[in-house]
Amino acid sequence: MTEERLVVVGASLAGLRAVEAARRKGFAGKITLIGAEPHLPYDRPPLSKEFLTTDAEPAYFRAEEALRSDLGVDLRLGTPATALLPGERVVAVGDEEVSYTAAVLATGATARNLRGAPDLRGVHTLRGIDDASAIRAKLAPGVRVVVIGAGFIGSEVACSARRRGADVTVVEAAPVPLVRAVGERLGAACSALHERNGTLVRCGAGVESIEGTESVEGVRLTDGTTLPADLVIVGVGVTPETGWLEGSGLRVDDGVVCDENLATDAPGVYAAGDVARWPNPLFGQQMRLEHWTTAAEQGMLAARNAIRPAEAKECATVPYFWSDLYDSRIQFVGVPEADEIAVVSGDLASDSFLALYRRDDLVIGALGLNQRRAVMKLRQMIGKRARWDEALAAIAS
Amino acid sequence: MHIDTDVCTGHGVCEGIRPDIFEVGDDGIAHLLTEEFTEEDRQDLEDAVDQCPTQALRLER
Ligand SMILES: Cc1cc2nc3c(=O)[nH]c(=O)nc-3n(C[C@H](O)[C@H](O)[C@H](O)COP(=O)(O)OP(=O)(O)OC[C@H]3O[C@@H](n4cnc5c(N)ncnc54)[C@H](O)[C@@H]3O)c2cc1C
Ligand code: SF4
Repeated sequence: MTEERLVVVGASLAGLRAVEAARRKGFAGKITLIGAEPHLPYDRPPLSKEFLTTDAEPAYFRAEEALRSDLGVDLRLGTPATALLPGERVVAVGDEEVSYTAAVLATGATARNLRGAPDLRGVHTLRGIDDASAIRAKLAPGVRVVVIGAGFIGSEVACSARRRGADVTVVEAAPVPLVRAVGERLGAACSALHERNGTLVRCGAGVESIEGTESVEGVRLTDGTTLPADLVIVGVGVTPETGWLEGSGLRVDDGVVCDENLATDAPGVYAAGDVARWPNPLFGQQMRLEHWTTAAEQGMLAARNAIRPAEAKECATVPYFWSDLYDSRIQFVGVPEADEIAVVSGDLASDSFLALYRRDDLVIGALGLNQRRAVMKLRQMIGKRARWDEALAAIAS
Repeated sequence: MHIDTDVCTGHGVCEGIRPDIFEVGDDGIAHLLTEEFTEEDRQDLEDAVDQCPTQALRLER
């Protein structure tokens, strides 16, 4: 019999949780963790928040020694996997072939750039430590910052830059920030936080071009105005990192296509985190999430399912993400595509409100601004497919 | 089970796993509803430790 070997591709949150879960389940075979970045696994959410406003060190999850000896991991950092050969059960890392009996793909996502953006100094995307360090080094009072894209990451960077005393403008092509994430009316309410804190937000403004010769000098909008800029941060979303799977025969469709149990088409191969698309049985819809808690949950589950396929469990989860803007915490649970959105507590112009999302007669989502206690109660209700009137009654009590 | 109240920021992921053990209070951080655990709770408690976004939970045996 061949020795069991779990190969985890992607050494970030989902990959690390996969390794830990496999060991906790008593997996005694070899575990190889392959990461493209030279860094030990680290936490990304702080990179747009505290990391930019303080001198904080990167938030590594575990020391190298702990990974190698406590978890017994064969750690390969700075060496991207280059191919998956499901027929041979092999992951190729350049010329080297690493064979597996079970595998978890957790290669996450990379930040998208603007199409045709010139290669100028001072233009950045933000996904990893190196991006964040470069941005942090340039933030100072009076620096003119333009953030392109008012999604959560763009919004958080804008907020951090503001805290460092920079002059910040956020430009967003959609009429309202955060539409895709939380819907129109609430997107507007969240972005009101920016205005209350002195950050300019220009919505409905497309970017025509980024100007400059060697360093960036400004951002020209489709309405003809040019915003002068010393630093430009592009926050226009991410693309799942599936390029290396080309030719593997695995189905890829905006993410690695999985079943309810996070299994891919290839025997023994599972996927987790930002790279995985799977049918979430709780909502009866396909999802690919870019949320911390999903990556942690799926990493764990994918590894358990991969090493104990006979006991495989479905990934039924209520999406949850948070964002910290200025001194407020925004939390969203569930899905935003609703028939009705009702503000059930606080008011949208204030620093605290709670809104519920209804589809048919079910509560399917909730957005809270500084409403920590209520949001998690609602996450549980959504998970149990609670009815709309039940949710309203629970909030009222 | 120990909750580091300086580190917990009340995501309530722990509560999502075991609402009978954890609860995020009005102060915005998690509290234990019980101190009595059985061996059966171990897997859930370990899951909570691993899934806490701020690594605020610690399990002592
Ligand atoms: C700045 C920032 C702030 C965020 N803030 C929040 C927040 O407030 N709340 C929230 O819910 N979520 C937040 N997120 C999202 C959250 O961090 C992600 O959902 C999470 O990191 C996903 O984990 P992952 O392991 O699936 O993928 P990733 O963290 O993307 O990790 C994938 C890893 O795989 C590696 N890799 C890629 N290709 C290969 C290859 N071929 N071979 C080997 N390795 C490879 C990559 O280098 C990377 O290290 C934030 C993300 C960023 C970037
Ligand atoms: S998951 Fe962690 S941060 Fe969230 S409430 Fe529980 S202990 Fe606190």
